[in-house]
Amino acid sequence: MFFNNLLSGKEIRFRDASGNEITRKGNNLGGAFLNSIAVAVPSTIIPILIAAFAAYGFAWLNFPGRKLLFTLVVALLVVPLQIALVPILRDYTQLNLNGTYLAMWLAHTGFGLPLAVYLLFNYIGSLPRDILESAFIDGASHFTIFTRLILPLSIPALASFAIFQFLWVWNDYLVALVFLGDQNRVVTSALAAMVGEKGQDWHLLTSGAFVSMILPLTVFFALQRYFVRGLMAGSVKG
Amino acid sequence: MASVTYDHVWKKFGDFVALNDLNIHIEDKEFLVLVGPSGCGKTTALRCLAGLEEVTDGQVKIGDRVVNDVPPKDRDIAMVFQSYALYPHMTVFDNMAFGLKLRKVPKQEIQRRVEEAAAILGIEHLLKRKPRELSGGQRQRVAVGRAIVREPKVFLFDEPLSNLDAKLRVQTRAEISKLHQRLQTTFIYVTHDQVEAMTMATRIAVMNKGILQQLDTPQNLYDKPANLFVAGFIGSPSMNFFPAHLRKDGNDLFVDTGDFAVKIPEDRVKTYAPFAGREVIFGIRPEDIHNPQFAPPGIHAASVECKVDVTELMGNEIFLYMVSGKHNFVARVDPRTRFHIGDKVQLVFNMDNFHLFDPASDRENPVAIR
Repeated sequence: MFFNNLLSGKEIRFRDASGNEITRKGNNLGGAFLNSIAVAVPSTIIPILIAAFAAYGFAWLNFPGRKLLFTLVVALLVVPLQIALVPILRDYTQLNLNGTYLAMWLAHTGFGLPLAVYLLFNYIGSLPRDILESAFIDGASHFTIFTRLILPLSIPALASFAIFQFLWVWNDYLVALVFLGDQNRVVTSALAAMVGEKGQDWHLLTSGAFVSMILPLTVFFALQRYFVRGLMAGSVKG
Repeated sequence: MASVTYDHVWKKFGDFVALNDLNIHIEDKEFLVLVGPSGCGKTTALRCLAGLEEVTDGQVKIGDRVVNDVPPKDRDIAMVFQSYALYPHMTVFDNMAFGLKLRKVPKQEIQRRVEEAAAILGIEHLLKRKPRELSGGQRQRVAVGRAIVREPKVFLFDEPLSNLDAKLRVQTRAEISKLHQRLQTTFIYVTHDQVEAMTMATRIAVMNKGILQQLDTPQNLYDKPANLFVAGFIGSPSMNFFPAHLRKDGNDLFVDTGDFAVKIPEDRVKTYAPFAGREVIFGIRPEDIHNPQFAPPGIHAASVECKVDVTELMGNEIFLYMVSGKHNFVARVDPRTRFHIGDKVQLVFNMDNFHLFDPASDRENPVAIR
């Protein structure tokens, strides 16, 4: 009951050392956790899906301007996301997106895509050509090859990027501060708010930060088993 | 089952010409081997047929159908890759069934065909395993099985044996030949190994630098090479070549290399008479050079004096690396021969089997005189 109320932001009562009963309002860290999950999970999955398609295209399809486009995407890696904050915020204000999850998903997708495309391109581009050609002769279309061969074979790369992206979104404070503000507060904002105006509650911040590690750790250990070595073993000579 | 035709096929990669006006007609049920050194265009020729490369010019036909613009999956071919190209995350069964599933073949039919192919190849007990749990030879069988279940008109093999060890290669070679007889389908097989080519093919196409050098049966290729390249490529150790002068002496013709002269047998004088007095290249295979002690009877023998440089005992034969004046050559002689390094000895050339090439016909690749 006590912890429930503490985490959900309801009132809690307890006695201090001198026997006075103290009433306080909880910090609603539980709600912040849920908000963070609602932001982080789609913000991880959406860019991975888009990037995997893009990486396959850049690696294995021939279309005019392929090199130029890919160079452009990679070049975006050097652009700091801070310079995009104000213009995007203005657009969001016009579209009435400020403070919504969708705004966060879009922003994180955009900021995460260049690295995702680049990483997955390197992996997907190094898959043996023979396998794809064999599938072509077997009668597979590009889409079949992507879903039946490329995705299952790229799991290590997808998993490692998923961990990167999830950690980054989970720990992000700046983007959440700008696009969410005080609505749907995520863990990082909630923690920052705990310190109090006069910086008197650092003990809350540190313990809250410690608790906030739980989920990233869970994600890491859940995905790390996909880093199996030799997933490609046995397909081609060796 | 179908014939295959390359009709004036060109393939260029930028400035590099990979296939130079290739013309081959492959009969139905034939086992054609494309052979040549690496980079000669043999794999490119196969990939053009498979639809993995587009031809720059000319036509590729399967049966009567021009397939230049037909995507690989609609060409009714199956290909076995050098690397096997198995799908690593699928079981052997799924690997073999993949193509059939994509073609929406009914499940029972898939089951039947896969089991049948597995039985032919002796891999029934492996169907539930993943490729990584298989040995090289087993993977190779799975790759062949994947081709068999498709029941294609034409089988394409791209150096399928080059990743196997020597013993397994010999065994698999025989199995592929058997498979060809059993399936009665057109096989097209690419290799750089002339032994594979000689042992399996009904006909061999020898290629070099994108140009078809000769297309003939293994026996004819060995006995009557069309030019210097084919002569040197087929046979191991390869044919010995001597730049020589064709000298006329009365009614006789002699091949004079400057260090030794050998007489051309009378029945072949007529063929070479027009070239009397000209420069030629004289070619003779190591197996046609004998120790006079063990030379087969009844041959037109020509004696040559030379010095032993190196001897290599192979068990059933001895390779002698000989020096005669400024010429080096290899002889493949009877194992009872007891020659030592530095010995000055007489060897006999079997003049029933020699070849003359005309350097004036083509500087790079002289054509055989017939």
